Amino acid sequence: MERHPASASSRQELGRLLEAVLTSRGQANAVFDILAVLQSEEPEEIEEGVRTCSRLFGTLLEREELFVGSLPSEDTALAGSQGATYKYKVWIRHRYHSCCNRLEELLAHPTFQVKELALKTLMKFVQLEGAKPLEKPQWESHYLFPRTLFRAVVGGLLTPEDDHSLLISHFCEYLEYDDIRYHTMQVATSIMARATSQQPEVSLTLWNNAFTLLSAVSLPLQECELTNFYVKHAQTSDKWKVVHLKEHKKAFQEMWLGFLKHKLPLSLYKKVLVAMHDSILPHLAQPTLMIDFLTSACDVGGAISLLALNGLFILIHKHNLEYPDFYQKLYGLLDPSIFHVKYRARFFHLADLFLSSSHLPAYLVAAFAKRLARLALTAPPEALLMVLPLICNLLRRHPACRVMVHRPQGPELDADPYDPTEKDPARSRALESCLWELQTLQQHYHPEVSKAASVINQVLSVPEVSIAPLLELTAYEIFEQDLKKKMPESVPLEFIPAKGLLGRQDDLCTQFFCLS
Amino acid sequence: MGKAKRTGARRQVHKAPAGASGGPAKTNPNPFEVKVNRQKFQILGRKTRHDVGLPGVSRARAIRKRTQTLLKEYKERNKSNVFADKRFGEYNSNISPEEKMMKRFALEQQRYHEKKNIYNLNEDEELTHYGQSLADIEKHNDIVDSDSDTEDRGALSAELTASHFGGGVHKNSSQKEGEDGDKPKTRKELIEELIAKSKQEKRERQAQREDALELTEKLDQDWKEIQILMSRKPKKSEDKEKKEKPQPDEYDMMVRELGFEMKAQPSNRMKTEEELAKEEQERLKKLEAERLRRMLGKDEHENKKKPKHTSADDLNDGFILDKDDRRLLSYKDGKMNIEDVQEEQSKEADGQENDQKEGEDDSEEEDESHEDSEESEDPDSHSDLESNIESEEENETPKKEQRQTPGGKLPKDDQKAQKAVAAELPYVFAAPESFEELKFLLSGRSMEEQLLVVERIQKCNHPSLAVGNKAKLEKLFGFLLQYIGDLATDSTPDLKTIDKLVVHLYSLCQMFPESASDSIRFVLRDAMHEMEEMIETKGRAAFPGLDVLIYLKITGLLFPTSDFWHPVVTPALLCMSQMLTKCPVMSLQDVIKGLFVCCLFLEYVSLSRRFIPELFNFLLGILYIATPNTKSQGSTLVHPFRALGKNSELLVVSDKADVTTWQRGSLPLHWANRLSTLTATEANHTRLSCVASCLSLMKHCVLMYQALPSFHAIFRPHQALLSKHLADCSLPQELQELAQSILSAMEGQKQHCRPLVCEKSKPVPLKQFTPRLVKVLEFGRKQGSSKEEQERKRLIHKHKREFKGAVREIRKDNQFLARMQLSEIMERDAERKRKVKQLFNSLATQEGEWKALKRKKFKK
Repeated sequence: MERHPASASSRQELGRLLEAVLTSRGQANAVFDILAVLQSEEPEEIEEGVRTCSRLFGTLLEREELFVGSLPSEDTALAGSQGATYKYKVWIRHRYHSCCNRLEELLAHPTFQVKELALKTLMKFVQLEGAKPLEKPQWESHYLFPRTLFRAVVGGLLTPEDDHSLLISHFCEYLEYDDIRYHTMQVATSIMARATSQQPEVSLTLWNNAFTLLSAVSLPLQECELTNFYVKHAQTSDKWKVVHLKEHKKAFQEMWLGFLKHKLPLSLYKKVLVAMHDSILPHLAQPTLMIDFLTSACDVGGAISLLALNGLFILIHKHNLEYPDFYQKLYGLLDPSIFHVKYRARFFHLADLFLSSSHLPAYLVAAFAKRLARLALTAPPEALLMVLPLICNLLRRHPACRVMVHRPQGPELDADPYDPTEKDPARSRALESCLWELQTLQQHYHPEVSKAASVINQVLSVPEVSIAPLLELTAYEIFEQDLKKKMPESVPLEFIPAKGLLGRQDDLCTQFFCLS
Repeated sequence: MGKAKRTGARRQVHKAPAGASGGPAKTNPNPFEVKVNRQKFQILGRKTRHDVGLPGVSRARAIRKRTQTLLKEYKERNKSNVFADKRFGEYNSNISPEEKMMKRFALEQQRYHEKKNIYNLNEDEELTHYGQSLADIEKHNDIVDSDSDTEDRGALSAELTASHFGGGVHKNSSQKEGEDGDKPKTRKELIEELIAKSKQEKRERQAQREDALELTEKLDQDWKEIQILMSRKPKKSEDKEKKEKPQPDEYDMMVRELGFEMKAQPSNRMKTEEELAKEEQERLKKLEAERLRRMLGKDEHENKKKPKHTSADDLNDGFILDKDDRRLLSYKDGKMNIEDVQEEQSKEADGQENDQKEGEDDSEEEDESHEDSEESEDPDSHSDLESNIESEEENETPKKEQRQTPGGKLPKDDQKAQKAVAAELPYVFAAPESFEELKFLLSGRSMEEQLLVVERIQKCNHPSLAVGNKAKLEKLFGFLLQYIGDLATDSTPDLKTIDKLVVHLYSLCQMFPESASDSIRFVLRDAMHEMEEMIETKGRAAFPGLDVLIYLKITGLLFPTSDFWHPVVTPALLCMSQMLTKCPVMSLQDVIKGLFVCCLFLEYVSLSRRFIPELFNFLLGILYIATPNTKSQGSTLVHPFRALGKNSELLVVSDKADVTTWQRGSLPLHWANRLSTLTATEANHTRLSCVASCLSLMKHCVLMYQALPSFHAIFRPHQALLSKHLADCSLPQELQELAQSILSAMEGQKQHCRPLVCEKSKPVPLKQFTPRLVKVLEFGRKQGSSKEEQERKRLIHKHKREFKGAVREIRKDNQFLARMQLSEIMERDAERKRKVKQLFNSLATQEGEWKALKRKKFKK
């Protein structure tokens, strides 16, 4: 306190003003002084002002000293012939509105503390306003929620100007309340619709803000009583929409569809797709509505296609989606880069899942196995350790494909019948080919890879090898494993004595490099 | 036999108490007292100890025992005085009553004679000297001087001894005699008689002795005369030998010496050079065979514990009879084998070492030979290691000067310079304890000096010289490695010094393979860790510095790179793979580094011809960035390279004029560290050199991997790019020719695709049933643990039982005591009642009497 005598004195001053306004209506004009503090430059003063406002209007709301009903304009009300109390109520409600407006502006304040405080205050007003509504209920037990105020709050969060991710993460605390969540979904839908309708080009920040908010919304999975309300009501009614999970789901779906129908930036596209299968699809009222989005994503190619697979798979698997040429698309996704992309583990997990059906035709499985084997010729050891068991699992699942590793009376061929450029797995002639690539990989420099590839030399054992633990394998882990292996009691040594760094004449390094 | 006896004994023991208590029923106990514990099942081999019990008898016995001990104690509980029976041998049954009485009498006498009080001087006790009363001696002073005749000491007459030692007894007896005889002799008479007797005896003895002497003398004389007659010659020879002994003949000496001297043993013939070369070749062949074996990875299968022979009865249950791993004593030339080996070793070493103190040598050689003998026992020993020891020994030869200089191939002036340098440097260096120390020792010196310093450190701290030297030199390896890293990270890397230091590293590594491999693994882990961190944060890593490249190169020099699995080389390979896949090529430096890694990779697998996917990707990428971008290609490019982008035309020569002026040369390694600002022409030339190396590497690969089954699948993208290069015609003539040759080599390689066939698996043998043998230790739950554990359990069990028994005993004692107390109380009460009754009785009679009296009075 002693460090900030100015702030202390201003606090005392504010306290005095607050006292004055609350004790007698005659001194109500002091509200202007309090509101003036909100316009200050100093963040600390603003904080003080916000706190004071919070106390002031909180008390007034509780005392029901604000005007209830549709508010007449200030001039007409003051000029009118109604009683002084009426005039006072209208006037003080106008002050309340100006205070809220200022707080909304403060949500974009550069200082985070101010932003957070403003958000908290606004949410407090939302709560109090909900408890003591400022509008008249149209009928008995009519559900009332301060929509306008709340809309302003969410609107303050979803601004195209600056990144509010931190503030939104604070806002997420309120999303646990069912009513807040429901209204957030509704409000966010309308805000985005307006934002995109107003201007064709929407800034990335808005998308990011919106995505942060949207992805924070999570519905309960089970149908249960949604009674955890932020705004306390004396009694809840079954007629209210906010009580039903179905309505929540509808709102949720509307929100996401509204969000996804726009052309999203690439990074956001990926994020949405990553979150799609476990936080969006299960909560939709009609998940099949996502088909359009997912199929278009699947056609984009590259990493986005890989990610879209997951959602598509759920739709195919759980919601009876008929998706022609799914496997052909999957086959098309297999190119040398899949071993190097970030989503390798997820892709191979899904690929393993898609190919786990034993009802797939043999030609298809053979084409996949051959393709994967071809790609394995360019793969790093960590990927090889995962893909080789996958290929072997395919052969195990489909005995018809075993001819690829065991063709006793086959003729010797001049060239590999497999056509790597063919897009259609049916016409790739993979079943006529053999997995010579695996034979090649038996010569791989890493002993584990060599061992994994040598499995095909014997008749394949019956139980499948689970590739789940191998999916996330990195080169560094293999390296560590190699280092941890027990050292033999005597380390073998080179017996040709070294004559220098580039000592041996027949070395390649000596041929191409020199010391100076 | 023994067992039967023991069981018999036990039975006796069982019976004994029953018999003792049963009294008359010794053989046949009362059937009403016997309690039989019925057994439900007869179990073979189970010892039953409690099948028959005599509860009544044993209870009676217990009560009796308690009355004897506990009750006694209880009764004497408040009494502190104890009655001790100190009669001698009262309770000792071993002594017969007569003896007992004798002993008691003796004790009594003893007690009687003991002085009652040390201050009571006037006790009438007889003082004696030599058994004679001092009082008597005082009376007459002439004592028989027995000292005069020494010869007779052994045989004193009975009378004399009696008179000397008999003391009072003698007197008593003489008194008795005196009493017996007619007239008692006086004391003087007696003594005179005694003296006369002894004198006579003495005289007799003297005479006898003189006779004996005379006789012996006579005999001697006679013998001498006869002797002279009989033996004259032997006497002479005896004399002669006596004379000769002090000065032996020289000839004899020599003969004898020769006899004792070791016979010269046939040594190996000096080998001709051809033979030496042949031996060397054979050694190398052997090492190569070892290497091949390791390359194919057959080790592991052999090392697996596998029963060598599976019998037809094997149940496949994994049960293997424990192998008998006792080492068999084997003899060779009548000596134990191990020693033999050791001796040979030490002999060899003897031959080789001459400049060191022998005492120290011995210990060290033993060490070595010990190691070696271990090696020879191990069927799997790596003969590389043997060579290691050999080279170690070679290091000690005085000629090592040459060995230490790299291959002895230094030009002569270089050697001279080294000698000059050697003159200035101190000769003894302490082994550095930290990297800073080594750096201090080496920094600021020229290359020759540095080499010499390292060499001298190595020599001064040879493990044979002191105990701690081994550890010091092991550390030295790590420090040298670090130093090399330092040198390599310099802006102007001192590659020549590194080049020479590698030789030292090699020799150190041969000496201490374990620690050397550890330190290299440490360095590699560091490098990998750094890369991994970068990948985690940025998603990609930069090519590591020249130091890591040099470490990798050194790894290749120190360890065999062709092994199927090697504790150092396999991680190194992974490290290189990481570099080629995760590090995007951003600059010419990166290209040079990448090409160096490619070279290393190919060098590593030059013998094993293993397949490296990353290498092909990288070479393809390099070829790609050497061509101008077009839209059509790029589908087969793999990760670190991008089809389009900033660095996708990195190696495209910007100026056609430079193409013609370019001369092929090797790339300097230090460019990897810092590419000095190049002019455009120089840059273009470097680019072309890179492309040239890339193409040469490609050619090498094509030749090396011809045999791979999917050769064409691997090289198809390369082929496409190369033909594009050729079509472009932007390369110098030389490179075009090279590219052409590669293409023709690729096309010339005929593709033959033999269909794959699995190996036939062996039919699984039918299971047969021979019993599985398991060692049975004991019945019950104590089975299946180690000996100590069993012993512990047994003790715990015993303790528990004893504890329980003790508790039971105590409880019974208490019950017994309580019973006793109760009976005591009852007794006391009864007594009291009786007394009260008595009192009442007496009072009643008294009262009656009084009343009667009264009545009488009234009557009156």
